Amino acid sequence: MPLLWTLTIVLLLGAAGYVLGRRRAIASAGGDVRLLHSLPGYYGTNVAMFTIVPALLVLSVWMLIQPMIIQSQITAMISDSAIEAAGSRDLVMTDVRRVANGLDSAIAEGGLTEDEARALRTDSSDIRARLAETGVALGGDVTPEVLNAAQQYRTLSRTGNLLLSATVLVLAGLGLGYAYSRTHQEFRARNAVERAILSILMLASTIAILTTVGIVFSMLFETFNFFQLYPWQDFFFGLEWRPSFEGGSDLGLIPLLWGTIYISIIALLVSVPIGLFAAIYMAEYSSKRTRSIVKPLIEVLAGIPTIVYGLFALITVGPMLRDYFAEPLGLGTSSSSVMTAGIVMGIMLIPFISSLSDDIINAVPQSLRDGSYGLGATQSETVKQVILPAALPGIVGAVLLAASRAIGETMIVVLGAGAAARLDLNPFEAMTTVTVKIVGQLTGDTDFSSPEALVAFALGLTLFVITLGLNVFALYIVRKYREQYE
Amino acid sequence: MNDMRVVERDVDINELKMKARDVDVFYGDIHAIKNVDVDIEDKTVTAFIGPSGCGKSTFLRCLNRMNDTIDICRVTGTITLDNEDIYDPKVDPVQLRAKVGMVFQKPNPFPKSIYDNVAYGPRIHGLSSNKADLDQIVERSLRRAALWNEAKDRLNEPGTGLSGGQQQRLCIARAVATNPEVLLMDEPCSALDPIATAQVEELIDELRSQYSVVIVTHSMQQAARVSQKTAFFHLGELVEFGETGHIFTNPDDPRTESYITGRIG
Repeated sequence: MPLLWTLTIVLLLGAAGYVLGRRRAIASAGGDVRLLHSLPGYYGTNVAMFTIVPALLVLSVWMLIQPMIIQSQITAMISDSAIEAAGSRDLVMTDVRRVANGLDSAIAEGGLTEDEARALRTDSSDIRARLAETGVALGGDVTPEVLNAAQQYRTLSRTGNLLLSATVLVLAGLGLGYAYSRTHQEFRARNAVERAILSILMLASTIAILTTVGIVFSMLFETFNFFQLYPWQDFFFGLEWRPSFEGGSDLGLIPLLWGTIYISIIALLVSVPIGLFAAIYMAEYSSKRTRSIVKPLIEVLAGIPTIVYGLFALITVGPMLRDYFAEPLGLGTSSSSVMTAGIVMGIMLIPFISSLSDDIINAVPQSLRDGSYGLGATQSETVKQVILPAALPGIVGAVLLAASRAIGETMIVVLGAGAAARLDLNPFEAMTTVTVKIVGQLTGDTDFSSPEALVAFALGLTLFVITLGLNVFALYIVRKYREQYE
Repeated sequence: MNDMRVVERDVDINELKMKARDVDVFYGDIHAIKNVDVDIEDKTVTAFIGPSGCGKSTFLRCLNRMNDTIDICRVTGTITLDNEDIYDPKVDPVQLRAKVGMVFQKPNPFPKSIYDNVAYGPRIHGLSSNKADLDQIVERSLRRAALWNEAKDRLNEPGTGLSGGQQQRLCIARAVATNPEVLLMDEPCSALDPIATAQVEELIDELRSQYSVVIVTHSMQQAARVSQKTAFFHLGELVEFGETGHIFTNPDDPRTESYITGRIG
C-alpha cells in the first residue's frame, strides 16, 4: 500500500475519532454540555490526538530505520570482488538501488509484469535496455550479483512497507479505541490536550537543538578523518595555504583566519559607527514621521542579496579604491582588496546594527530620559551618559551578531577580496577568508578521501566554533547587564 | 484631618519665586490647562491637588519646560522665574532645568553607581573643580536627602540596587546636587510604602528651608501635612488657590469642598 494511502487513512481515522469522541462526551453528559469537565471539542481533539500522533511517530521512525536495516542486509550479500570491481561499496549499492527502483517503475508503467520482473535473468534478457525504455538509465551492464541484490532489495522493501502500513493502521485503531473508551463526562480532556500542546512545543525546540548537534557531529567526523591524514599542528599553526591535488600541499589555517579577521574588522569599523549613529538619530532626534520613512529605507539594505553587494564591490568600489587610493599611494595595483570587501561588507551590516540598536535604544525607559533632562542635561549629554550606557549590553550584542555575520560572509569576499591566501598587513592587497576556501576546496571534482577536500570540514568546524563562541559571548554580555534598568 | 494646623503657616513674609499668568496648554487639539494663574513663593511648599487627568502634572511640567520634549504640546501665557519669562526665546531650557529641578513619580535612578547618580548634574554643569569638591557635593546632597547613612558604604554600588524609598531619596539627592532654586515633585511618594513616604515627607519639610518646593500629590492628607499653599485643579482649571489650612477647612468653592470631602474625583 502506498505511503500516501496509509497517511490518508490515519488522518481520516483521526477525523472520525474527533467526531466520535465529541459525540460520546456529549452523550455521557446526557446532552447537557455544562455538565462536562471540558468543552466537547477537547474530547474530540483528545481522541483524534491518540489516533494520529502515535501512528505518525511510529511511521516516521520506521521510515528512518527501514532503509538502514535493508542496506545492511543487502551489503552483506555483496562479495568483496564485486566491490573491488566497482571501486567502492557505495557505488555498488547505488547500482542496486537504481536497478530495484527501475524495476519498480517499469512495473508501475506496465512495461513489465510482477512475475516477469521476478523472473528476470541477466543472461536471458538485456535489463539495461529494458530499463532504459522506462526512463531509468544505468551506467553499465547489470551483473547477476547486482540483479540478485536488487531483487532481494525489492522483496525486503515490499515486506517492510506492508508491515509498516499494518503497524501504523493497527496503532491508529488502538489509539482511537483507547481514547474513545476513556471519553467520559468526568475525563479531564482539556488538561490532556494542554499536555499534548506542551509536548509539541517541546518537540519543536528539541528539533532545533538536535539539528545543531547533528551539524556539529557531521563536521566532527569529517574533521577527524582530515586530522588522520594531515597533522593538526600544521593546520592550526601553518602559515602557508597552498593546496595541490597531487599531494604534498600546505594547508595552514593562519592566512585564511587572518584574512577573515582583517576583513571583518574593517567591516565593523565601517558599520558600527554609521549604524549606531543612524540608530541614535532615529531613536532620539528624528520626528516620528522621519523615522517611519528612514528606518524602512535603511532596512532595504538588508534585503539586498550578498551577491549583488559582491557585484558592487567588483565593478564600483574595487576599481575606485584602486584608482584613487591604492595606486596613488603606491600600495598596490589590485582592484580586489581587503579594503574593498571590508567596506562593502560594512555597508551590508549597517542595517543590522542600526535596526537592532534602534530597538534597544527605544527600549530604554522614558523615565531615564526625563530624569536626565530634568537635571538640565542636553540631548547629546543624555544620549552619551544615560542612554548609551543603559543600552550598551544590547548594542554589544548587536555588534557581535554582526561580527558573526561578517565572519560567515562568502560572496562579497569572493568578488571583492579575491581568492589569494596571503598573510599581509596592507589593506589594499588581495586576501581571502575561510569561507571562500571552503567553497574553493569543495567545488569541481573532489575526492573525499584526500586532505585537500576534507580540510573544508576542518575549516567549517573552526568557523563554527568561532561564531558560536562569539554568539555565546554576546548572550553572556546581554544577560549579565540586562537587568540594570528593569 | 485635625492635624492640618500642626504646621506653622508663616508664609506671608516669603517673596515670590515663580509666577504664572494666563497659562494655557494644548496637547494637539486637547485643551489641557485653561487659563491658570499661580504664584509660587520662595521657601514654601506648594501642593497641587486634584483628580487624575485634571492637568496638575502637566502644569508642573510647564514650570521647567519639560513639556518641550513632547512634540505636540503647546504652551501659551507667561511663566516667570525671578521675574524673567522662562518661555522667552533667549532662555535656554537646559539652563532653566538646572535651576528648576524635578523629581518624578517613579524613582528613576540611572543605571550607574550611587555616586555617579548624584554627581551626574554637578558634572554636566561643571559645579565642581576637582574630585574632592565633587565628593563633598555628593556627600552634602546625600545628607540633605537623608540617605547618607544608608549609602555611604556602598557609593560604588548601582543605584538601581536600592529599595524603592531609597531610590526616590537618591533621585531627590540627585536633583538637590545641582543646587536648584525650585524643586518640582511629581507625586514623589505614589510608588512608596507608608514608612518611605513618611521619610520623604519629612525631607520635603526640611528642603523648604532652602528651596521653593512644588509637589503634585493624590493624597490630600499629604498635601495637608507638607504644604503651606495648595492649588486645587479640576478639569484643567485652577479652581482654588490659597493657604493650605484655608483650602482644607474652609474652601471658597463648592467643587473644592466636594473633592476634599470625597464627593468628586
